[in-house]
Order: sequence, then C-alpha cells, then structure tokens
Amino acid sequence: METSAYAKTPVDRLTYSWRVRLRLMRRNFAYFLTELRRRPLALVGGIVVLAYLLAAVLAPHLTDHDPTAGNLRQRLLPPAWEDGGEAAYPLGTDDQGRDILTRIIFGARISLAVGLLSVGISVAAGTALGALAGYWRGLLDDVLSRFADLLLAFPFLIFAIGVMAFLGPGFLNLIAALTFKGWVEFFRLVRGEMMAEKTKEYVEAAKVVGQSHPSIIVAEILPNIIQSVFVLGTLRMGYMIIMEASLSFLGLGIQPPTPVWGSMVAAGRDYLLTAWWASTLPGIAILILVLSINVFGEGLRDILDPRLRIE
Amino acid sequence: MRAVRVLERVLITIPIMFGVAIVVFLFMRLTPGDPVDIMMGQGGAVTTGEIEQLRHEFHLDEPLPVQLWLFLKGAVRGDLGYSYVQKRPIGELIGERLPATIELAVGALFFALLVAVPIGIVSAVKQRSLVDQISMAGAFLGTSMPAFWLGIVLILLFSVRLRWLPVQGRIDYGTELQQVTGLYVLDSLLTRNWTALISSLRHLVLPSVSLGAAAAAIVARVLRSSMVETLRQDYITLARAKGQVEFLVVMKHALRNALIPTVTVVGLQVGALLGGNMIVETVFSWPGLGRMVVQAIFERDFPLVQGAVMVYAFTYVMANLIVDILYTTLNPKITL
Repeated sequence: METSAYAKTPVDRLTYSWRVRLRLMRRNFAYFLTELRRRPLALVGGIVVLAYLLAAVLAPHLTDHDPTAGNLRQRLLPPAWEDGGEAAYPLGTDDQGRDILTRIIFGARISLAVGLLSVGISVAAGTALGALAGYWRGLLDDVLSRFADLLLAFPFLIFAIGVMAFLGPGFLNLIAALTFKGWVEFFRLVRGEMMAEKTKEYVEAAKVVGQSHPSIIVAEILPNIIQSVFVLGTLRMGYMIIMEASLSFLGLGIQPPTPVWGSMVAAGRDYLLTAWWASTLPGIAILILVLSINVFGEGLRDILDPRLRIE
Repeated sequence: MRAVRVLERVLITIPIMFGVAIVVFLFMRLTPGDPVDIMMGQGGAVTTGEIEQLRHEFHLDEPLPVQLWLFLKGAVRGDLGYSYVQKRPIGELIGERLPATIELAVGALFFALLVAVPIGIVSAVKQRSLVDQISMAGAFLGTSMPAFWLGIVLILLFSVRLRWLPVQGRIDYGTELQQVTGLYVLDSLLTRNWTALISSLRHLVLPSVSLGAAAAAIVARVLRSSMVETLRQDYITLARAKGQVEFLVVMKHALRNALIPTVTVVGLQVGALLGGNMIVETVFSWPGLGRMVVQAIFERDFPLVQGAVMVYAFTYVMANLIVDILYTTLNPKITL
C-alpha cells in the first residue's frame, strides 16, 4: 500500500482504502443503477422493499386507525371488496375490531427492525470473529470453529425456540435468539475468505512494508471480503424475517397487543371458517416482503459477485 | 480404508453430542426460577421438609458439575429425566410422540424430493424454457413463504372450500389401527388395514406439503444449478459423441455427479424440516414431538424442552452423518 502524503496518522492509514472505495462507490453507484435497470425483477423487488421501509417509518401518518385498540362492534369485518366490507377498513378487521391494514403497516416496523438488527449483529459478530480466526489461526481459530460446529448441530428454529423458551418473550430476546445462531454463517464465510486472501501477494507486500496486523486486516483484506458478506446478509434477511414470524406465530416472539404479523396469523386461525382474511392477509404481507428481499438480493448478487452465481 | 474413515466419522459424533448435551443442560440451569418451585406451583401448599426431600430426590442440592455428570450418565442410557409438569419420565413422553414427528418429517422429505428432483433435472436440461422459468419462479416463491402461512392457506383451500382433505390429526376419528411401529402409514400397510391407510395418507398430505415446500424449492434450485454445471463438462460431450442415448447421458452420467452438492443441501434441509416441524404440527394439530415442545415451553416444563431439543439435535447430527457417508459413495474422489 503506497503511503500517500495524506495517510500519516493511524486512523488515516486504516481508513485510506475505505475512503478510496467510498469515492469509487459514488461512481459505481451510477453503474449499479444501470445494471439494476437491466434486471427489472430485482428493481421491482428493491422498490417494494423501499416501500415497506417507508411505510414502517411513516406508519402513524399513514392511517387514522389505532393498531392496538379495537372497536368490538366492528370485529371481523371482511375486506372492502367483499359483501359487508367497509371502505374505512380496506382489508377488514380482526377479532378485536382492529383495522388489519393498519396492523400490517405497523407490523412492518417490528419485522423490519428484527430483520435488520439480527442480520446486522450477525454480520458484525460473524465478520469480526471470522476475520480474527482466519487471520491468526491457532487456538483462537480452533476454539471458535469448534464452538461454531457445535452450534451448527442444532437446527436453526429449534435452537431459536430453545433460547426463547429460556429467555422468555420480548424484542431483545428475539434478536438474541436469532443472532446466537445467525453469526455462524458469516463467521465461516469470512474465515474462509480470510484464509484464502492471506496467501495472496498484496498481504505479503503489506507485511514486508511493516504494516501492522490490525491495519492489514481492516484496511487491506476486509474490503475485498465485504462484498460477499453483504450479499449473503441480504439473502439472509428474508430468512430472519420468516423466523421471526414463525416464532411470533407460536407465541414465543413479541407479545400482543403489539401488532406482529406472525401472531396476527395465529390469532386469525380461530376464525378460519368465517373470517379467512384475518390469517391470510398478514401472511401475504410477509410473503411479499420476503419475496422482494430475495429477488432484490439475487439481483444484487448477480451484479456484484457473479462468482456466487446460481445459474 | 473407507470403513475406518466411516467409523471415525461416526465416533466424532459422540463428542458433538456431549457438547450438545452440555449446552442444553447449561441453558436449563441458567434459567431463572427454581425447578422445584415450578413443580410445587402445580400442586398446593407444601411443607419445607417436602421441598427439601424433592430437592434431594432430583439431585438439585448437589453442585453443578455433579448434576451435569448425573444428567450425562442418564442421557447415555436413554434416561432423559423427569417432567415436573406431566409427572412422567421424559423418555416415555418423547417416545410416545416421536413416531408422529418422524412420519411427518419423512412425508415432507418424500414430497420435497418427489417434486424437486424431476423439476431440477428438467429445468436444467431445458434451460431457459417455459418450464424452467415457471419452476424457478415457483422455487423462489417457495423459499419466501412462511410454512405456517402455507399450511393455513392449504387448509382454507383443500379442507374448508373444497373439502377434499381433513383439517387436523393423523387419522379419522374412530378408525381402528393396530400399532406396530407408531408410523400409521407403515402400520396400516403391515396390518393390511386399507381404510386406515387411506385415512392416514389423507391426513399426511397437507402437513407434508406445508413442511416440504421450502425444502423442495431449495433442493430444486441447487440440483438445477449443479446439473447445469455438470452438463457443461467435457465428459458429457464425450458420452454424447460416443452415441449414448440422451436420456442415459442425463440420468446416468450427469445426475450422479450433480447429486453430490445436492445431497449436502438435502442434509441441511433435514435440519430445517426438524425445526419447521414444530410450526406445522401446531397448525395441523399433529400429535407429535414439536407440538409437545411448544406446549411444554408455555407450561414452563424445561426438562422436557431440554430432552426434546437433545433428541432433535441428535437426529440432525445423525442425518448429517448419513449425508456425509452418502457423499463419499457418490463421489469416489472424496474420502472422509
């Protein structure tokens, strides 16, 4: 790494390659958008995800109805397009008389928050640990890898259910449960890539120049690895959201009356014969969000890293 | 020698299972709340003397490492402890419900493979055709759908609207079935009880589809991609040049190699099936291990949860072991 006249302080040196990338990213962003436009499906996916995000953020301003308090005289109204439906409740009401559309919009907040946080923390923890394990090897690598293998002996949902059973319901516990198993994937990915990159010449060159180890990891190797991490993270987001919905469906996630898609579907089960919309519509909301994330993620992977291509 | 390698691989699972048991045990012990209090909460007033006696009986007054050792000793012998809530040995409880769960898991796996393998092959052979595009779109959909929602929609469609299939349970109420293995489909075949066979199959369809759909989607995609990769290889072109029938080129040469990465993915999917089990069992009121675990969690019956989690982990480890062995059978280049 050539030390420019600007890269004098340690912070400078650590962030140099990242700042260069940032500058390149601005140019690349235009390229990225063009590529995205060539893949209309991924573009649509991205737009839908954005729409969900906006809806989640702007939730209180989008509807007049209260997501948690219902009008029992209006319970189990069908969606507006069916007989007996009202325009005020476009998607109908649930068994407590709450507007379903409102609850779906507010539910997006929880799902997206859980998805982003659990993936984010998994990525951060997995990447950090994986980078260290892959770089230093030795005892640290052995211990971490064995621990990761041990965690892998448990199927994801079972482990998450077990953790939730012991910790109890709640938002933070849910994130903890999902993250506890989630980091392993990223750990393995980064560890593998780190071990591969370590053998390359630019690392050798950096060492010869006398660059410190942390600096090499952060400034040199990580920027090359981060792309696959990012792609994997996007692909896992949908999975985390489904996991959250599943746990909430079982009653182990966020508790009512907070509107959560999973528990909405569960509550609607009792009225399946008479009020199909109570269960079906929140599920469709999940489906569309996860589908869009997956489609966008696939497009992203296609653009950024054709090596990971699944034809 | 391969047999030695296989044995090695089998032996490795033992420390893994120990690790699993320790993790599960620690989790349980770290739970806030005293087990004896929980148990007493079910009964009425008890004297301090009785509490102490129970504590001693369940070895709760011993230091933690001793408890762990006793637990491990018991687990190896199949004694998984005692459920405070249901007042029965856990091994018994699990043994009762396990066949139902196995039947569901096998049903789901069967469905997944039945759908995924033909679709994967056809999509790869006829790349970019309509069949391919529809299949892959379907696969995408399959991975984006929550299993519990799919189950509910299937119930709505096939049970409520069309009335073709039943809503819940394993068999029609009142149907007699002599149990041999606990797997209703197998038992009805063994005892030649055709009413029971039809009934149990009808009950198995929707849950299997709900549980297997996601797995089918993933396996189809992986199989397709590895088939496409394999079909590009030189030896395939050679087989064709030698005049080999196309069907055999695909099914004999290409498929065998394409199955290698696919088998690994199937192994991973077994884990997903074991987990998703709990959800599908809840949706369809299927009397299996999963539903019992969920109920146990709400009843704060932690020993039962612990025992069940161990059984699940054990099954998953075994499944992966089988996958590894199969992997070496398919790919002679890889030794364990």
